[in-house]
Amino acid sequence: MRSVRVDADVLVIGGGTAGCFAARTLGAYPQVSVLVVDKAGIERSGCLAAGVNAINAYVTRGRTPEYYADYAMDDAAGIARWDLLISMSRRLNDCARALEDEGLVFLREPDGSYAERGTRNVKINGENIKPILARAARRQPNVRVLERVDVTDLLVEGGAVVGAVGFSVNSDVAYELRAGAVIMATGGAAGLYRPNNPGFSRHKMWYCPFDTGAGYAMGLLAGAEMTTLEMRFIALRCKDTIAPTGTIAQGVHAPQVNAAGEVYEGRYGLRTSERVWGTVQEDLAGRGPCYLRTRGIGERAQRDLYRAYLNMSPAQTLRWMEAGAGPDERDVEVEGTEPYVVGGHTASGYWVDEGRATTLPGLFAAGDVAGGAPQKYVTGALAEGQIAAQSALAYLEAHPGLARGGDARGASGGLSPAAERIVAGYEAHLAGGDPAVARLFDADQLEEAMQTAMDRYAGGISCGYRYTEAGLAQADRQVAGLQPLADGLAAADADDLLRVYELRERLVVCRALVAHLAARRETRWHAFAENADHPQTDPAFACYVNSRMRDGRVETFTRPLVGRGERLERLD
Amino acid sequence: MSVSIDARACVGCGACARACPGNLIALGPDGHARMRRPRDCWGCTACLKACPAGAIAYFLGADAGGRGTTLRVSRSGALSVWEFRRPDGSVERVEVDARDANAY
Repeated sequence: MRSVRVDADVLVIGGGTAGCFAARTLGAYPQVSVLVVDKAGIERSGCLAAGVNAINAYVTRGRTPEYYADYAMDDAAGIARWDLLISMSRRLNDCARALEDEGLVFLREPDGSYAERGTRNVKINGENIKPILARAARRQPNVRVLERVDVTDLLVEGGAVVGAVGFSVNSDVAYELRAGAVIMATGGAAGLYRPNNPGFSRHKMWYCPFDTGAGYAMGLLAGAEMTTLEMRFIALRCKDTIAPTGTIAQGVHAPQVNAAGEVYEGRYGLRTSERVWGTVQEDLAGRGPCYLRTRGIGERAQRDLYRAYLNMSPAQTLRWMEAGAGPDERDVEVEGTEPYVVGGHTASGYWVDEGRATTLPGLFAAGDVAGGAPQKYVTGALAEGQIAAQSALAYLEAHPGLARGGDARGASGGLSPAAERIVAGYEAHLAGGDPAVARLFDADQLEEAMQTAMDRYAGGISCGYRYTEAGLAQADRQVAGLQPLADGLAAADADDLLRVYELRERLVVCRALVAHLAARRETRWHAFAENADHPQTDPAFACYVNSRMRDGRVETFTRPLVGRGERLERLD
Repeated sequence: MSVSIDARACVGCGACARACPGNLIALGPDGHARMRRPRDCWGCTACLKACPAGAIAYFLGADAGGRGTTLRVSRSGALSVWEFRRPDGSVERVEVDARDANAY
């Protein structure tokens, strides 16, 4: 492989919601060189590719940031970090305003205020939200964007993170990216479990299937501490298209009903996790399928729904057109998705301080990879991108020797020995891998094996999201057995190499997730972590479950809660 | 859930390949775009929106309820016209103005 080395003061890994906003924030400091690296083009990379139609984290009129933080704490049944939630909540509205300044269209009331949808949401026209964020990052003269480069490993020297290593997904080039500070913003992890449509439409899923847990895996492999991975996220979605249900539920006030037409949501509670759980329980009790009751909403509301979905999830409008029957005529069937690890919705991710510094010096985390602060949605991810950027700057100021002084442009040249070792791994896959493995297996086959094991033994869809300790042990054995096979896969080209590394990342995340699920010996959030051996909430688990990977093994331990009004005393 | 690229209409500009968040589309030896991993499509429609020639159609896999209707989009400023073509040849269009798309 040809090798290229790039030096910058700040490296941002992932040009999604948090990463683009971190870059925009750093644009105010023209003396600092910034490199944003993304495995795709940033106009449509990450989970906002198709658009979004509401800002779901907003402090609405008459409410306070504390109101929002209290809501997120309660939805997580207490397992979230107050210090992180309040620092995020205080910035939500400013971040929304910044999006509007960048060109996003917000709907307005006659008095000029943002149009609200519920108590924490405002309405937008967000089909183009990602191109808008990309433009905001690109506009900064000190920001360079390196696209279609997949980052696989962090570089750690003297205990501090000093960069990362990756490869072009379309050509034979390896990259050593050196920086004084690194912001991790890769997004969360999809594709760990067997999905709703495991065949041709396997990637028709809620979260972006190209968000493969790279940030978690890189952190785990480098020894970073993680928190609350066991709080999985499972979305309640429109069947088959996996399109959002909130637009229908809140937009036309459609209740959840079972096959007999009974409204069941009140029976199970209204927390995010309980809405999913209730739907699963109705099905298991023989009262499924379940629906959003839309029949009779009227022709006008139906047209509005067609347009709203084309603006964020076109599959659903296509599905209605295809069926020849829209929501006015037919109720919309709902189902729970497979579980994801995604710190923008739940509290899973890096254990960070209020400045979003991780336990690895020089590494900061923002958005879906950062733990402790659920219910971030778009504006919370922006807030964290901003906080992480400011902390990275402060870190560079405190350690002037670390500034790279590079211009974020590449130069061919020699790689460091640590980078050489990682690149040798790429080359081994490209050279055919281990023939004894490569002749039998490919990344697709191993991914399916991983997803099947996680589904069956670690609480996937087919088990109603429940698992036992014996099952988790089996899941861990199976996933661990796939890791050496993944190491031996062949890659015919750079795109194939991308698939091999996506699989390797997911396997690491699965190992850590299973360890976390096993460590929380209670059931605190239905469906998200449904422990059949311990079906009740146990006050002894009013704590965080954290982990660190050491020599390929995941060690779990607990930390005391940081509750309302409290701050984290120290990171470790 | 995937996209189908009409090689006759494709102008070979590569905009779809650059837009795809999954690196799923590549220009083939003939200079036309091809979907190299149909099963890996998320359905974000970034490629449809990027294509200047209207050469890309989106469809639902049969396992997700697809029965042959395809979806195309043409954009002009803030206005998008989404066109649904049914297997029987009938066509339906929905216009979406980005400034006023979302009543919810």
